[in-house]
Amino acid sequence: MSATPPRLELNGISKRYDAVRANDAVDLSVMPGEIHGVLGENGAGKSTLMKIIYGAVHPDAGEVRWDGRTVRVASPREARALGIAMVFQHFALFDALTVTENVWLGLEAALSRKEVQARVAAVAADFGLELEGDRLVFDLSVGERQRVEILRALLTKPRLLILDEPTSVLTPQAAERLFVMLRRLAADGCSILYISHKLDEVRALCSRATVLRGGRVTGVVVPASESAHSLSELMLGAAPAAVAPVPGTAGVESAPALVVRGLSLPRRERFGVALEGIDLEVRPGEILGIAGISGSGQGELLGALSGEDPRAPAGTVWLLGRDVSRVPARERRAVGLCTVPEERMGRGAVPALSLAANTLLTRREPIALAGFLRWRTARRLAERLIARFGVRAHGAEAVAASLSGGNLQKFIVGREIDAAPKVLVVAQPTWGLDVGAAAQIRGELAALAAHGVAVLVVSEDLDELFELATDLVVMARGRLSPRIPVREARIAQIGQWMSGDFPARTAPAAGVDGGSVGTEQSARG
Amino acid sequence: MAAPSVSSPPSSGASRLLSARAAALLSPLAALVITVAIGAALFAALGKPPARALAMFFVEPLRDGRALSELLIKATPLAMIALGLAIAFRANVWNIGAEGQFILGAIAATGVVLFAGPGAGRWVVVALLVAGVAGGMIWAAIVAWLRDRFSANEILVSLMLVYVAELLLGYLVYGPWKDPEGFNFPQTITFAEATAIPRLVTGYRANWGSVVALASTACAWLFLYRTYAGFQLEVGGIAPRAAAYAGFSPRRALWTALMISGGLAGLAGALEVAGPLGQLTPHLPVGYGFAAIIVAFVGRLHPIGIVFSSVLMSMFYIGGELSQSRLGLPKALTGVFQGLLLFALLACDALVERRKRR
Repeated sequence: MSATPPRLELNGISKRYDAVRANDAVDLSVMPGEIHGVLGENGAGKSTLMKIIYGAVHPDAGEVRWDGRTVRVASPREARALGIAMVFQHFALFDALTVTENVWLGLEAALSRKEVQARVAAVAADFGLELEGDRLVFDLSVGERQRVEILRALLTKPRLLILDEPTSVLTPQAAERLFVMLRRLAADGCSILYISHKLDEVRALCSRATVLRGGRVTGVVVPASESAHSLSELMLGAAPAAVAPVPGTAGVESAPALVVRGLSLPRRERFGVALEGIDLEVRPGEILGIAGISGSGQGELLGALSGEDPRAPAGTVWLLGRDVSRVPARERRAVGLCTVPEERMGRGAVPALSLAANTLLTRREPIALAGFLRWRTARRLAERLIARFGVRAHGAEAVAASLSGGNLQKFIVGREIDAAPKVLVVAQPTWGLDVGAAAQIRGELAALAAHGVAVLVVSEDLDELFELATDLVVMARGRLSPRIPVREARIAQIGQWMSGDFPARTAPAAGVDGGSVGTEQSARG
Repeated sequence: MAAPSVSSPPSSGASRLLSARAAALLSPLAALVITVAIGAALFAALGKPPARALAMFFVEPLRDGRALSELLIKATPLAMIALGLAIAFRANVWNIGAEGQFILGAIAATGVVLFAGPGAGRWVVVALLVAGVAGGMIWAAIVAWLRDRFSANEILVSLMLVYVAELLLGYLVYGPWKDPEGFNFPQTITFAEATAIPRLVTGYRANWGSVVALASTACAWLFLYRTYAGFQLEVGGIAPRAAAYAGFSPRRALWTALMISGGLAGLAGALEVAGPLGQLTPHLPVGYGFAAIIVAFVGRLHPIGIVFSSVLMSMFYIGGELSQSRLGLPKALTGVFQGLLLFALLACDALVERRKRR
């Protein structure tokens, strides 16, 4: 018997949702002061497990022990009373309030504003969290907002802090700062559960990690002594397939298929991002990657490209030589532009409708004369997408909401790839996919480009862009950096650009109609 | 990053009412049981034998041919209005003013009858029905235009237009359209025989309006489940961002939803005035337009479900009247039952949702 019991111990936790075993006899233990990784692909059961710990979901079976005592965590409130704090992937902050006020709202004890202010300052200084209590959250960068969330969690003096994919919104430099802070917190005795699917992060940060696959524990490891290969094998079961780069066959020299010229748009939503002088062009056979931390204007740019945001002034968006700036979304699609939005549930797909019905969002095959629907065609189309892209679903009649994030992503990306577009704009193409599926999607995108499709990829995952794209631009605060060929790009430089620190762009040389090649254009190897 | 905001109650209510598939059938039945139980307790508290009182609601309206005919007469406008509302609600367009569109339909139909005069042929029935649809649509078009042009809240505008419609009705029957030989009663002349909606069976008041309602049910079902336009409308309602992504026009959805619901309410008004009433009076509006909101939700916003829920609501109307005449209970019981049913339904739906989420 060891002297100190684990801070948190889970024994045989199981939770079923209908036919899906989200957690199947999961064991996990976290010692005081330990940074414990929870590794697994989306759909592996990480989120369910964390919700069980946090009391938001109740397990069907199993035992939760806290400091050696069996406890039943009935609600998040009880979890907080035990000393469990959670930083969610999606922040719950009020944009119109200051940092202090946001923290204040999250505290359960009745404190005066002054006391809160003092404690915010003290804790922020303690952990090296640079934050000014008087600033409005609206003005903060995503990384700073995350710090507010963490600060809010720290003020409750947690004994276990759960972080859910915290670096997905951070630049590499900001992630490094977060790690420093977490290590300091752990040194003070706080246990940390660090949820991620990024192997290198878990290897750098965690002293132990529990690996989940399909709801079951496939291993408890010391990440530092594992290789990326052995870890991903635990996560995926089989060695991940490497992406076979498809050499481009279409001439990159041809006229650009998608051109944006001097596009500036004031922000549409109160807390959106304004676009400033966006110039870009994508040629057939080319994959242009847009890097940048989320919320830097990517969503706004995508809206203007797809036609969801109809405000683009005439002459700013050109598709296959045609000015489509004022053309609605459906017509742009008819011209040959397909888009995959970042938000899958609710935008890329209607959660309450079947996959067959969801093909109707962007596909016209199931529409018969006089606007009647051919459901059989829609079902067959959905079945084809399911088969071709390995979507795990109970057939074409499964509602979109019943799919895991990764599988829905495969379906949506597949639906657009399958539509045989001439220009494909895709946001976060492999977000939440397991390595195998991600490799397949990347392979499909590369194949599309090889067949002469102009592909624009917006991604927060730099590794993905380096692997996939021919050229890179970085988006920060609504502006685009100069364009740089991927083989000349360096992570450190891109990271610096992501914070908005990049040289002004040279004026684009290529005309909309011309076949002339822009000065920044690189030939493909 | 958008600030956490309070979602509008109607839309969250709609998704709650729509989402649970298992609850879709269970909750209306459970709600009915609860309504009956509370109703029985209410009767007992009022000193009436609960069994006999409940029979007024659930047995008497089904007793014989004449009772069934009366049941149909009330179920027909309820179903027809509820069909249109269901389509609008699915599109997240909150037309609360079907009562006003119903009144305008009746006024327009009456206008045709008065214009055609006493010597009109049978064709006038078709003309008055078309006029009824147009009347309802025009009233709903005001709502659509104000929402489209000025983003005016359609709930408030459509509701307030009900009062305008009632005042317009009052002006007409007290003023220019008053029957000169009607002993100064506020009502129009009794319509000529040729303008009457043909009856289904001689001797009973039920008429071909019920067949029109059934046909409307079939059309609504086809529209919702078999046409691209219906699909677009529904996506716009349950996932507006997906509709924007797909390029479905929210303006078109708004207009379509209001034209369909206004047109059907107007048609119901025309059938009412040319059917059982046979003249325009200030007593035309009896709350069908509001009761139909409950009918639509109890029928799960589904055309087939609405057929059943409209019959149920019709029972409440008849039961209320019978309780008044035979038991000396206030007629307001109809409204009490309607309210109970809606609240019980919302409660059941909310509980089912909650259980599912855990």
